[in-house]
Amino acid sequence: MRDAIADLVRDGDTVAIEGFTHLISFAAGHEIIRQRKRDLTLARLTPDLIYDQMIAGGVARKLIFSWLGNPGVGGLGAIRRRIETGEPAPLEIEEYSHFGMVGRYTAGASNLPFFPLRSYFESDMPVANPLIREIESPYGNGKVFAVPPLKPDVTIVHAQRADAHGNTQVWGLLGCQKEAAFAADRVIVVVEELVDEAVIRADPNRTIIPGLIVDAVVVEPYGAHPSYVQGAYDRDNRFYLDWDAITRDEATTQAWLRDWVYDLDGRGAYLDKLGAERIAGLRPGSAPSGSVDYGDYR
Amino acid sequence: MSETVPASTAAFSKSEMMIVAAARELAGQRVCFVGVGLPNIAVNLAKRTVAPDLELVYEAGVFGAEPARLPLSIGDPTIVTGSIAVVSMYELFSFYLQGGLVDVGFLGAAQIDRFGNINTTVIGDYAHPKTRLPGSGGACEIAINARQIFVIMRQSARSFVERIDFRTSPGNLGGAEKAERIRREQGWLGRGPSVVVTDLGIWHFDENGEMRLDSLHPGATLEEIRATIGWEPRIASSVAVTPAPSGEELRLIRQELDPGGTYTK
Repeated sequence: MRDAIADLVRDGDTVAIEGFTHLISFAAGHEIIRQRKRDLTLARLTPDLIYDQMIAGGVARKLIFSWLGNPGVGGLGAIRRRIETGEPAPLEIEEYSHFGMVGRYTAGASNLPFFPLRSYFESDMPVANPLIREIESPYGNGKVFAVPPLKPDVTIVHAQRADAHGNTQVWGLLGCQKEAAFAADRVIVVVEELVDEAVIRADPNRTIIPGLIVDAVVVEPYGAHPSYVQGAYDRDNRFYLDWDAITRDEATTQAWLRDWVYDLDGRGAYLDKLGAERIAGLRPGSAPSGSVDYGDYR
Repeated sequence: MSETVPASTAAFSKSEMMIVAAARELAGQRVCFVGVGLPNIAVNLAKRTVAPDLELVYEAGVFGAEPARLPLSIGDPTIVTGSIAVVSMYELFSFYLQGGLVDVGFLGAAQIDRFGNINTTVIGDYAHPKTRLPGSGGACEIAINARQIFVIMRQSARSFVERIDFRTSPGNLGGAEKAERIRREQGWLGRGPSVVVTDLGIWHFDENGEMRLDSLHPGATLEEIRATIGWEPRIASSVAVTPAPSGEELRLIRQELDPGGTYTK
């Protein structure tokens, strides 16, 4: 992880750590904080705790997003302080709706100049963000809104498994990781498990990202904690609740970063500090899929 | 206090009444786009009572969810296991929502006005907000593309306001006539908000597109209604009393949907 972040994330980059509630690479976010990257533009539909931590860590100057909060719990204090009071430094924001953000990645991934959607009518969002623009259909059948492509310098996704080439498979919520990865210049994949290429080839429908576009594969079990990995570990909702108190105050936020990020040398130390019991408590019961027969066509 | 509706309020909380009332409004509906928190409980209650065929759509990319526990977040793994389909968010928003398959979209609000326009973005000025709120998420496109919108929120003078600070999600704009014309001309699939369920009562929208109180929850009073709203509200000529939650509805909420009382205390 240290090498991947050092080599592929550069000061001033636009970085997207995607994953909708599911598969959020906290391990990569923490490594970016530890390496004291600066002036990043962070893109993500739901900034979640990871961007609150990264912004508290001072890595970002700008945030591109569509829903800002600690889902089901409350607010993100570090981000709110920077928006509401400009303390300790102002944070530039660029705001869309979910569909707008998904459309931006889609346009970025497909090399299109914009993505058209039926949203934003009679909303104040295009006033707040003039990059959301009303356009006339070239076929004379009405107006839609357009959003510009988003092409991150780096997209980071967490996944259940990949092979050494970076061929990556996911099950459970898919969010917009595929779109964000194809839109990016560089892609880092962080996985629970490294598998043989034969495992990938035995179930090709599950592949969301081909190794062709992947620059680094990092094996980091439990690297998505406190978010979750379908079938492997549950969301650590207790931590999401705890964060509400931590993030309310700049001093407690910084103390948390010191204890859980700066003073640790990586994910292994984080897991040791968390404790085996806490991790074991997140293990779900089993619900395997049925298997399908792809057929042998020699 | 002659307008007080006599009832025993000891047996259930205001939040429980609100959830039950919202669930009952879903009778006969087929496809519902679910939000986190209160909508989540209401919709899951409806599926176990008045709308067993309801298909739950979650913006995280799930169609036909059968959550075995109350989802604690909008992307909880329990909405995946046993669902009909897990799709990318692109498919969810493009094909399911914008394609016109969603009958009811459930929204919450920090501020709402008499025409059902919703603010979830900021209190105060956008560039220098007094309070920064979460923003749209999927709400703006849900408000435009779901066939109708249900709102569930607690009533207070801070949230039911004459003028919202930011219009995140359009409702009936400045009134029904203009809203209907704009929706038709611009090809919106949705006809806008149809019901607002609060902790005090049930509001529908009249011919002018304005909220009208049609039902008071047991124990709630018109004084309370007026004290928690920023405009002179329209009240139906004969206001009904919302039937109290049944024993079975309360059992489902307390034992199956929210045993920890996270949302219903």
